[in-house]
Amino acid sequence: MTQKSPSLFDWNIVGPAIGDSFTKLNPRLMIKNPVMFVTMVGAALTTVGIFTGAASERGFILQLAIWLWFTVLFANFAEAVAEGRGKAQANALRKARKDTMARRLKNGREEKVPANELQKGDTVVCEANDVIPADGDVIEGIASVDEAAITGESAPVIRESGGDRSAVTGGTRVLSDRIVIRVTMDKGHGFLDRMISLVEGATRQKTPNEIALTILLAALTLIFLLVCITLKPFGIYSAAVFSVPALIALLVCLIPTTIGGLLSAIGIAGMDRVLQRNVLAMSGRAVEAAGDVDVLLLDKTGTITLGNRMATAFLPAPNVKPERLADAAQLASLADETPEGRSIVVLAKEKFQLRAREVAQPNAKFVPFTAQTRMSGVDFPARDGQPARAIRKGAAEAIRLYVDQLGGQFPQAMTQGVDEISRSGGTPLVVAEGREVLGVVHLKDVVKGGIKERFAHLRKMGIRTVMITGDNPLTAAAIAAEAGVDDFMAQATPEQKLQRIREEQAAGHLVAMTGDGTNDAPALAQADVGVAMNTGTQAAREAGNMVDLDSNPTKLIDIVEIGKQMLITRGSLTTFSIANDVAKYFAIIPAMLMATFPAIAPLNIMSLHSPMSAILSAVIFNALIIIALIPLALRGVKYTPIGALATLQRNLLVYGLGGVIIPFIGIKVIDVIITALNLV
Amino acid sequence: MQTSGWLQLTLFVVALAAITKPMGLYLMQVLDANGKTWFDPILRPLERFTYRLMGVKMDKEHDGKQYTLAMLLFSLVGCVFTYAILRLQHLLPLNPQGLGPLSEHLAFNTAVSFATNTNWQSYVGETTMSYLSQMVALAFHNFASAAAGIAIAAALVRGISRQSGKTLGNFWVDLVRTTYYLLLPICVVFAVVLVSQGMIQNFKAYTTAKLTETYSIQVQKTDDKGQPVTTNVVVMVQSPKLDGKGQPVMTNGVAVMMEAPQLDAKGQPVMTNIAVMVDQTVDTQTIVQGPMASQVAIKMLGTNGGGYANANAAHPFENPTPLSNFLQMLSIFAIGSGLTYYLGRMVKNQNHGWAVWSAMMVLFLAGTLVCWWAEAKGNPIHQQLGVAVADGNMEGKEVRFGIFNSALFATVTTDASCGAVNSMHDSFTPIGGLVPLFNIQLGEIVIGGVGAGLYGMLVFVVLAVFIAGLMVGRTPEYLGKKIQAYEVKMAMLSLLVLCLSILGFSAWAAVSDWGTAGLNNQGPHGLGEMLYAFTSATGNNGSAFAGLTANTPWYNTTLGFAMLIGRFLMIVPIMALAGSLVQKKISPPSIGTFPVSGGTFVVLLIGTVLLVGALNFLPVLALGPIVEHFLNLQVPGKLF
Repeated sequence: MTQKSPSLFDWNIVGPAIGDSFTKLNPRLMIKNPVMFVTMVGAALTTVGIFTGAASERGFILQLAIWLWFTVLFANFAEAVAEGRGKAQANALRKARKDTMARRLKNGREEKVPANELQKGDTVVCEANDVIPADGDVIEGIASVDEAAITGESAPVIRESGGDRSAVTGGTRVLSDRIVIRVTMDKGHGFLDRMISLVEGATRQKTPNEIALTILLAALTLIFLLVCITLKPFGIYSAAVFSVPALIALLVCLIPTTIGGLLSAIGIAGMDRVLQRNVLAMSGRAVEAAGDVDVLLLDKTGTITLGNRMATAFLPAPNVKPERLADAAQLASLADETPEGRSIVVLAKEKFQLRAREVAQPNAKFVPFTAQTRMSGVDFPARDGQPARAIRKGAAEAIRLYVDQLGGQFPQAMTQGVDEISRSGGTPLVVAEGREVLGVVHLKDVVKGGIKERFAHLRKMGIRTVMITGDNPLTAAAIAAEAGVDDFMAQATPEQKLQRIREEQAAGHLVAMTGDGTNDAPALAQADVGVAMNTGTQAAREAGNMVDLDSNPTKLIDIVEIGKQMLITRGSLTTFSIANDVAKYFAIIPAMLMATFPAIAPLNIMSLHSPMSAILSAVIFNALIIIALIPLALRGVKYTPIGALATLQRNLLVYGLGGVIIPFIGIKVIDVIITALNLV
Repeated sequence: MQTSGWLQLTLFVVALAAITKPMGLYLMQVLDANGKTWFDPILRPLERFTYRLMGVKMDKEHDGKQYTLAMLLFSLVGCVFTYAILRLQHLLPLNPQGLGPLSEHLAFNTAVSFATNTNWQSYVGETTMSYLSQMVALAFHNFASAAAGIAIAAALVRGISRQSGKTLGNFWVDLVRTTYYLLLPICVVFAVVLVSQGMIQNFKAYTTAKLTETYSIQVQKTDDKGQPVTTNVVVMVQSPKLDGKGQPVMTNGVAVMMEAPQLDAKGQPVMTNIAVMVDQTVDTQTIVQGPMASQVAIKMLGTNGGGYANANAAHPFENPTPLSNFLQMLSIFAIGSGLTYYLGRMVKNQNHGWAVWSAMMVLFLAGTLVCWWAEAKGNPIHQQLGVAVADGNMEGKEVRFGIFNSALFATVTTDASCGAVNSMHDSFTPIGGLVPLFNIQLGEIVIGGVGAGLYGMLVFVVLAVFIAGLMVGRTPEYLGKKIQAYEVKMAMLSLLVLCLSILGFSAWAAVSDWGTAGLNNQGPHGLGEMLYAFTSATGNNGSAFAGLTANTPWYNTTLGFAMLIGRFLMIVPIMALAGSLVQKKISPPSIGTFPVSGGTFVVLLIGTVLLVGALNFLPVLALGPIVEHFLNLQVPGKLF
């Protein structure tokens, strides 16, 4: 899959789409779209009229029939183009789904079986260069995996047993090492299979708003059908002869063909745009729901902050030189491979030019962190006249205990320092050498650059952000303030997360959340929009209704925008379509009455050339407007978070007022052209 | 369009705005089963007694289905009751004129008409209805159908305002409370005020008065046996005048026409029998009497519109003074206007209530001004002939009220589903007459019938919110409640029903003998008359384009069905809408929430009403009043 979106009219898509426009004329497919079905029936009846109508009118009826068929074909074409873009992507995906041989483990023995014979619960082995045969969880080992086939991202990712990065996808390739995988999906139901069918639109179902809109359009069609059918008896009473083709022309112009023709294309294109952002939505319903979201639950780690606490300052104890503190802290951290440890080494280097020394000093003994001591550090034995050193770093309470045991004193000033750091949301790490407390290292969660602006953007869209963290309330509040989230939830357990989502929903909110861990799964399932990270566990990917292949939690903002765009595009084109009717009435009604009541001429405010040219112009405009609006339907009406009122005013002006005015101009121009060409 | 008209219009709008809030606040109390009013000491025991009598548990609320069923049952029983009285009125008391029973189809039409708050009158009140029929059979419905309409509106508003609820209130409680606390007290006061203006209120037999100025009318001559006398005459036709050479005589390129006997194939003049007419002197007049003021008060306040006298509010007794005229118009709008305030209060968004009111007022003013302009401009044919240019079109209008008050009354009575008239809409200019017709076709949502106007308008609100709500990028929400497939379906169904009944019945009548037989006028005006009748019946308005002879079995029956469809087939989907909305959660408002107040929403709502609700009628209107207008305008103008 490519990040780049194909151009709107790529010949590879347009070519097949033209063919599809005709195959879609199958009445059984057409009936799903009541508006276009009625148009097609009208076109068919008009076609019959070519042969049964008066000889003098045949040329006119023929042209009418042609344009009515075009109206239907243009609508089919719009849908076919939208689908075509997905199909191209599906073909690319299919290439990745090669049938491979799997190395199945059975009773401790390895056997080769075709991948499509694997069943849920089987375990398979994959080594470097093997294609992973099916979706599953890594139950043993760690490996780097190339997932370019589904994400388009060439950088390999790490997959390991346990933890939150255990899910692997069939069709991706192991680059190094060996892993054992438990298959979690039967063949044909795997991630890649689902992705293909989603992209192709094979399983596309109408979204709730689309269903409601279809009902509105069907009802409008019924009403206009009634209007046109009753016009015949009214005509008989008035001694005005209304021909069937003229009534059909009126009907087709009045029913909302513009939105009726483009409705499904808008939905398909919306899904397609989600996919271009490398997000796999399990249904259009989920994308639409994303547009409605007004509460966003975000995990702090990895989303709001870089994910790891970093050392940002050394706070020496009274009478201790900062360099000494930095040196000791660095020594204690040299063997500490955690990001916190590494950040201390880096900070000491930046502040005091203390280079990371080769720590392979003979006899230096590292003391790893344990849950019991809650400290780590390093011991140097006495050597070359130097006394033995024992450096420890850890939580204030742990060091206090340690120093007390050695008969030392925890300085009053340090207690204050520790409290201050805690209050500001940081984590104090106290460093001691022997029984002497050297000072405190200020560890801090670093908020990602630009995140504050994104939250401000969300706020403008009417979305409230809630940060979820396992930190204590103090730390959480400080980070929340710095990141600019609206609310936070400290010391959150998975149960509390779920509870919070239920509460928000009960208060009428629509909640979105992102997550990757297995313990996120219930919350992801409960949320209205649950975006699972592709790096996450299989359980998380199953629970959510979207998977972000890039594993970028802020991607939700893009999804929300696409969801909104889809709705705005539908609403705008519906408004446009209905507003168009005004001009069409003014074109067709005087034309139909002119023969019987010449006095009605002043109502022909567009001064259209003749009754026939007026009717034909309206029908041609009605057909061409569908083609003209295909790019808008595929691209979507632009969404800018300027508040609901401003958005409404802008769109009402463009599509409502514009919808009233544009057809007056368009129909007049077409009338001038067809009159000049002597078509009527 | 004189200054006095502008001043009156301003006064009317200001007065209406002024009573809206107090009426809304009072409605809050009336439509709350535990509400408090000044009348509690007197009426509370009566209310309790009524519930005991009916076996109603006042604290048990109905869900959508139960509420609707109760309403339908009540209307059915009321309908049968009225039908029975009308059929048996000759056997019942309070009939000093000794009026006979109504025919089956007229009794059906009238019972349906009053039960549906339409008050279409295929009969002449003075010569058809006994005092008992007027006061019990008809006036009962004037109260009950009005109260039922208000109850339905209240149920819908509860559906919108309640969070995740199940019930919409108790129909019987709403019905009884509305009648006792709202309609009765106001009517008592209003009737007294009307009597002070000279309206009659008695049980006397009709008075016969000697005319001070006798006049003669032409009547058919009858022979001794009472049979009409006829005479045989030559049929004359218009034909071109010929000169000596047999060529047509031309003046300014137009053939001069002359009367000539019509000849048959053999060259003999065609003969025909016509009635012989003789002059008859009229020197007495029968003057209607009866309990008029009490009837008129509820006929206006409850937007019923059924006149006591056939001339309705044009009759000097039924509308004696300019003040009574003004108060009657104001009372038509009073409750409907107050209900918009009630809506705002209930949904805790008063600006929304005012926005709905404003949209109604814009449509009201537009209609009034167009109608007034058309009538003030007068008949183009009169102008071509150089007569009566300054007066405007006074045909069919009371001199006492003049053009402005006739135009305003016509607009008010059709904006609301009242149907009382103080002038003949049939005699309006085509455009002037188009306004009342169009107002009803909008669905009578401009203030509208009591209750019916609000629930009709809320259907458009739901549609406006749905169509435009998508444009703000959220699943459309109306006051925090999601508008989804079911709501759209029900809202569109109610529109479809309206359209089907008006267009379907009119089209049927237009090509049927029974339909065209009732017409007084031909051509587009005749079409307008049929269209108006079915529009008025479906819209439950009840006013008539007087040219149609509607007291025939066909018209009585079809109009009866149109009234039933227009009332109950509208209410069922609307109650389904209410029943669905009440169960929904209310999402709290945010910056992304669709705004349902302010100028943009008002424009949007008006646009939806016009585009979705009204444009459907444009083709048939083009064949009727619109083409008639252009035919009037051409030279020489053509009348129908």
